[in-house]
Amino acid sequence: MTARMGFFTDTSICIGCKACEVACKEWNLVPEDGPLALTGDSYDNTGALGANTWRHVAFVEQRRDDDGLRWLMSSDVCKHCSSAACLEVCPTGALFRTEFSTVVVQPDICNGCGYCVPACPFGVIDRREDDGRAFKCTLCYDRLRDGLQPACATACPTDSIQFGELDELRQRAHERVATLHDAGVAEARLYLEDEADGVGGAGAFFLLLDEPEVYGLPPDPVSTTRDLPTLWRAAALAAGTLAVAVAASFLEGRR
Amino acid sequence: MSGAGGDRRPGGRVRGAVVPEAEFRSYYGRPIIKAPVWTWEVPWYFFVGGLAGASASLGLGARLAGNDRLARNAWTVSAAGVTAGVPLLVSDLGRPERFPYMLRMFKVTSPLSVGSWILAAMGPAAAGAAVSDRLGIFPGLGRVAETVAGLLGPALATYTGTLVADTAVPVWHEAGRELPFVFAGSAAASAGAAAVLLTPPADAGPARRLAVTGAVLELGAAQAMERRLGELGEPYHQGPAGRLARLARVCTAAGAGLVALGGRRRAVAAAGSALLLAGSACERWAVYKAGFQSAADPKYVVGPQRRRIQD
Repeated sequence: MTARMGFFTDTSICIGCKACEVACKEWNLVPEDGPLALTGDSYDNTGALGANTWRHVAFVEQRRDDDGLRWLMSSDVCKHCSSAACLEVCPTGALFRTEFSTVVVQPDICNGCGYCVPACPFGVIDRREDDGRAFKCTLCYDRLRDGLQPACATACPTDSIQFGELDELRQRAHERVATLHDAGVAEARLYLEDEADGVGGAGAFFLLLDEPEVYGLPPDPVSTTRDLPTLWRAAALAAGTLAVAVAASFLEGRR
Repeated sequence: MSGAGGDRRPGGRVRGAVVPEAEFRSYYGRPIIKAPVWTWEVPWYFFVGGLAGASASLGLGARLAGNDRLARNAWTVSAAGVTAGVPLLVSDLGRPERFPYMLRMFKVTSPLSVGSWILAAMGPAAAGAAVSDRLGIFPGLGRVAETVAGLLGPALATYTGTLVADTAVPVWHEAGRELPFVFAGSAAASAGAAAVLLTPPADAGPARRLAVTGAVLELGAAQAMERRLGELGEPYHQGPAGRLARLARVCTAAGAGLVALGGRRRAVAAAGSALLLAGSACERWAVYKAGFQSAADPKYVVGPQRRRIQD
């Protein structure tokens, strides 16, 4: 196993150019998501991550009472969670963890059961309807194996998307937050960099300038499978109850 | 702060609603999690799987009690249930020809994997038990098949509750302790009802009792589920899920009443059974639809998580 690789997306320097979306689509041969159109809410044209959108640039327009308009731009991506619900619920083993600790779907194994889709607490992975299989960011697994950076990070003109060893990225991110705080940007905060969080920390983490939900991210995500032991216990108890109910329906008859 | 994106308003107020809902922020009211990609096959599979599972246990019980007529009917229903269930599951796949990949591995972290193995063992056993009984062939193997299917039946009936609970959909996930009981009750009610429908009243006593017990369990567990969910349970009172949940309650309660009070009269028993079967199917559909409604509105995701941070 090599060092854990990941993304640090510093949204404070994202200019919303969407070069990451384009580079990702070109490199990974991701099909178009329908007619090119804006959502109508902002300059966002893809709306959300999905089977055909592996990088999604969110455009938040905020009107502020004090200083007019503020734009927040953020390039979202699969989080490559330490505790990845998509991978854990996948019944076929199509989703697996690579030597870079990233989470990847094997298209030759996926049978399109769709279980990973509602299992993801971030709404990242989705089924490609005309194909039937599930797709998401691979963190450019093929490029990593050849010693290259992912396409999005390579294309990003401002270094908002930074790729590297996760430990080093985390250190860099903490320094960046400190710099921003010193510069008076008090709202700068890191998202998903902490291994103590509900998904055990993520392979892709972010520097945000507002609460996560403003960017369409869950504020306190918890891996879906974390309380699976409790869920299985409930199923076993319910199955036992059903067996007892059946048995009791015969016992009464003998009286 | 006010305005469009990241504002406290989008999605936070229902158009035309008199009372604004609790404040929360979102990305233009867009969903955070993805709704399932599952289609109509899935809730029907939950129904026939539950019917098959509970019928298998009823069949085994009837055999042990020496009630062969009831046993035969229960095994017929169970075999029909698993036979209908498999194509439903296969056709819901994005790549149906890769159905065998479900048995590529056994993963306890995936209720769908565990369920596939349960169905793979239980399906042939239930079908074999029914065939052996009907044709009077291989009676020894038939008894083995009945034992296997009868013991696995309750697992087949309840794992589907855990399957939906093991997702990020708030109305499913937060009800993970109650959902298997809702499904167990619904399965028992439907299996009892189906056997009552097919069996002369003199031999159908255990089936009547199972139907009524199941209905009570189904109604009680659904009630407990809604109590646990609190405001997250809103989908069970709104839209398609709300209508189905109400219909399920009415049908199940009325069916249980008819079977309990007039179950010895064939016509009354038949009417009550039909209502119980309808109630059981509506309950599965209500749970299914509620998941979509829950996934579509970011307030169900943001609200509880935000409160967790603040607590």
